[in-house]
Amino acid sequence: MSTIQDLPLEDVLAEKPAIVNDFQIMIATVNGSGSQTANTVLLRAMFRMGIPVSGKNIFPSNIQGLPTWYTIRLNKNGYTARLEDYHVLVAMNQQTVAEDIANLAPGGACYYPEEWNLKHERDDIVYYPMPVKALTDASDVPANLSSYIANMVYVGVLATMLNIELPYIEGALDYHFNGKAKPVQMNMKVVQAAYDWAQDHLAKRDPYAVEPMNATEGRLLMDGNSAAALGAVFGGVTFAAWYPITPSTSLIDALREDLAKYRIDPETGQATFAVIQAEDEIGAIGMVVGAGWAGARAMTATSGPGISLMTEFAGLAYYAEVPAVIWDVQRMGPSTGLPTRTSQGDVLTCYLLGHGDTRHVVLLPGTINEIFEYGWRAFDLAERLQTPIFVLSDLDLGMNLWMSDPFEYPDVPMDRGKVLTAEDIERAGRFARYEDVDGDGIGYRTLPGIDHPLGAYFARGTGHNARAIYSERPDDWVENMARLRRKWETARTLVPRPVVDQVSGAEIGLIAFGSTDPCVVEARDQLSTRGIMTSYLRLRALPLEDTTRRFIENHERVYVVENNTDGQMASILHMEYPDLASRIHSIAYSDGLPLSPRWLTAAVLEQEGR
Amino acid sequence: MAANARVNEIGLSRNDYKGGVSTLCQGCGHNSIANQIIAVAYEMSLDPHQIIKLSGIGCSSKSPAYFLNRSHGFNGLHGRMPALATGATTVNRSLIAIGVSGDGDTGSIGLGQFKHMVRRNVPIVYIVENNGVYGLTKGQFSATADYGQELKYAGVNELPPIDICLEALAADASFVARSFAGDSKQVRELLKAAIAHRGTAVLDIISPCVTFNNHEDSTKSYAYGKAKEEPLHDITFIPFYEPIEIEDQEPGQVRAVKLYDGSHLMLKALDPTKHDPTDRMAAFRLLEEAREQQLFITGLIYVDENRATLPEISRLVDTPLVHLPPEKLRPPREVLDEINRRLTCCN
Repeated sequence: MSTIQDLPLEDVLAEKPAIVNDFQIMIATVNGSGSQTANTVLLRAMFRMGIPVSGKNIFPSNIQGLPTWYTIRLNKNGYTARLEDYHVLVAMNQQTVAEDIANLAPGGACYYPEEWNLKHERDDIVYYPMPVKALTDASDVPANLSSYIANMVYVGVLATMLNIELPYIEGALDYHFNGKAKPVQMNMKVVQAAYDWAQDHLAKRDPYAVEPMNATEGRLLMDGNSAAALGAVFGGVTFAAWYPITPSTSLIDALREDLAKYRIDPETGQATFAVIQAEDEIGAIGMVVGAGWAGARAMTATSGPGISLMTEFAGLAYYAEVPAVIWDVQRMGPSTGLPTRTSQGDVLTCYLLGHGDTRHVVLLPGTINEIFEYGWRAFDLAERLQTPIFVLSDLDLGMNLWMSDPFEYPDVPMDRGKVLTAEDIERAGRFARYEDVDGDGIGYRTLPGIDHPLGAYFARGTGHNARAIYSERPDDWVENMARLRRKWETARTLVPRPVVDQVSGAEIGLIAFGSTDPCVVEARDQLSTRGIMTSYLRLRALPLEDTTRRFIENHERVYVVENNTDGQMASILHMEYPDLASRIHSIAYSDGLPLSPRWLTAAVLEQEGR
Repeated sequence: MAANARVNEIGLSRNDYKGGVSTLCQGCGHNSIANQIIAVAYEMSLDPHQIIKLSGIGCSSKSPAYFLNRSHGFNGLHGRMPALATGATTVNRSLIAIGVSGDGDTGSIGLGQFKHMVRRNVPIVYIVENNGVYGLTKGQFSATADYGQELKYAGVNELPPIDICLEALAADASFVARSFAGDSKQVRELLKAAIAHRGTAVLDIISPCVTFNNHEDSTKSYAYGKAKEEPLHDITFIPFYEPIEIEDQEPGQVRAVKLYDGSHLMLKALDPTKHDPTDRMAAFRLLEEAREQQLFITGLIYVDENRATLPEISRLVDTPLVHLPPEKLRPPREVLDEINRRLTCCN
């Protein structure tokens, strides 16, 4: 059999039909070389062509020099999970080129700088040299920008070879540079030169191509951290304190930008918010708790190591009953772990953070839209429940670009919870901070500055009675913890419910949460083609409520899918539903990358003995 | 309240500033400080509802329960009160924050937060009740314990002490003072000045531990304090609405330090060559020399009324953030519509 390489394009297409809008591009570059612009412009250009896309940046903990990979998946059916295979390789990093080529799928295309004089060792792929240096040198851009511009060469070459019309590229550049004509023109010049060169010099010999379709109209592309920041702004955040840590830093960066845009008093130029970079995560959460106690909507954003440092304050806020919102954009631990890789490894930690008997409300957004929604809703829950609310995102959701529906304006006014005014106290003639007046476990609080002799109370982490008075009495302790338990039961009724796709006749159920949703969706379709029908429950919060219990009861076997090694959510389900424990099985895996549908399908088949 | 009870300018009696019954040891210097806070708040006619009391963990940090019952309080974590204060005072800039810490709370576990609070110039009166020893855990040395000091439980201290005032000064503190719990008048006058100060006012008050550290060889004992106290100045605080009188003073011996709210601190230098509290280098020298001689300098060591505070640096609106109505916090629907329009494909 002849190799694809030996044949002219027409014959290749005759032998193997074109593969349109269903493949993955891998762009291998050197960290700090400015490839992000080129990669996101490619991604956005195809999004603007109406093709469902997802882009994932796999980057090192490094400022400059180490290898970085960017994958762009296109899928006409709308699948957006990470694929293990890639079909088009743009090799821009000589350090990794051997391995990058070795992993390219058979029949794939490899683009590389011609000045490398690469030996074509594989005969089952197509090699396309690109005159990166020559085209860059020929451009009249300043020398200090030439390495950035070099990346535009592969944008232009791919535009020709994949069949992306240049106006889409220009539109994406225009979006990227916020309509600034000069950088758009400068980049477009190189794109055009590379596009023209490829038209004249390269013959298409691989099957991968794109075609405009109409599957993205009215949708947007955004990273989770930006959506979280925007959500917080529409939640009326007034205070944020933080300490820089990957992958949460860009959340606060976005928040600062948005607040500067939308929350500066137009008359005075003064801010209706404060964002403070703390000396560490202990300081950050302490400031948030101080602000929440004083009546502000206060938040912080961090990742695993920061969560560890926040432990003691989380326990204090739980027990002194202070609202706070804590975003955990998870990364790989333990310890520094893989700080630039994704994981769902903080589930148990956040759920139980603190010493003694502590349980926290944890929100689990799985889409960009939910991230925006929880951005504002977390404040409502924190103030309603007078407790810290954790929102678990991860590096994949937080830092990569995802398609989303437009954001929906909050459908309810801000819920500031049970806060008494001086008039309320005057009417009642008394005030007991931790008294369970309504039977829902939530007391009424007052804010510092309240103008009433009975209005003040003393918040503390030490034992206290209903009147917030220091107490070491066993009955006071037990009563207080019983009330906190009632509050927990109230929380069950207030947190977002799971999303359930119940398939009649399905014996097995899948439970997942957060960023693994695209993987589960695709794996379910793969399983169904093999005759295995599955139901799917996507958790959106802890504590659990009855929907999850019923889902487990309705299926013989339930697999809990998560991106960690220990099966942390499965442990929580075992803990919460001991009577159903024998039905609950863990499918957990973690290697720093988003889960792939192929892996999940295989894992389910294996557990099913198929 | 009895009809004939004396009241201050806002109609409150001294009783209205009281706290709960102290559970600290009889004769503890901390109780005396709590009493001076009560006296000062009453005399200055402060509205207790506008005061917040904050503390960390330790004997000192229990004491906010023993004054100003009508003020909100937050007894936080060991060494972490500065963070609570930073958050609370930023979101409600109309509050007066009084923080009470100890030498373990500030000098050891909380040294980092302390210095960052000072560096940010958070508006707070930050009192360190300094006794050089851990009381609640029964007598370990703290980081401010004297070099070579001997304690029954802890043996001999081989390490040099951390000087709270020097640490504050090095972190660009805008107000540094030291006093002695046994000198009620000076504590009161410095407290008043600290309250009138707009940024972080660090008040290191030597407050001997009657149970674990009241040996004569300790600089944190009553005997030592009384014998070796060397006041920099005789201090009188003059509220801004009272005329300043400097009669019957020799020129050059009296210095009036104008505080932010217009009030004055009158410093009658005991030795005219002694100390100018607006001279930072002189403050460093003074503290280092006193440290070498194990002398016990009290009074206003340094003040800078011009340094911007954290709410000022943050360019906050005048209205406390916590009092902003929802429409100032949540942008209107049109703003989100516009964002959606800009983001969605393919505009």
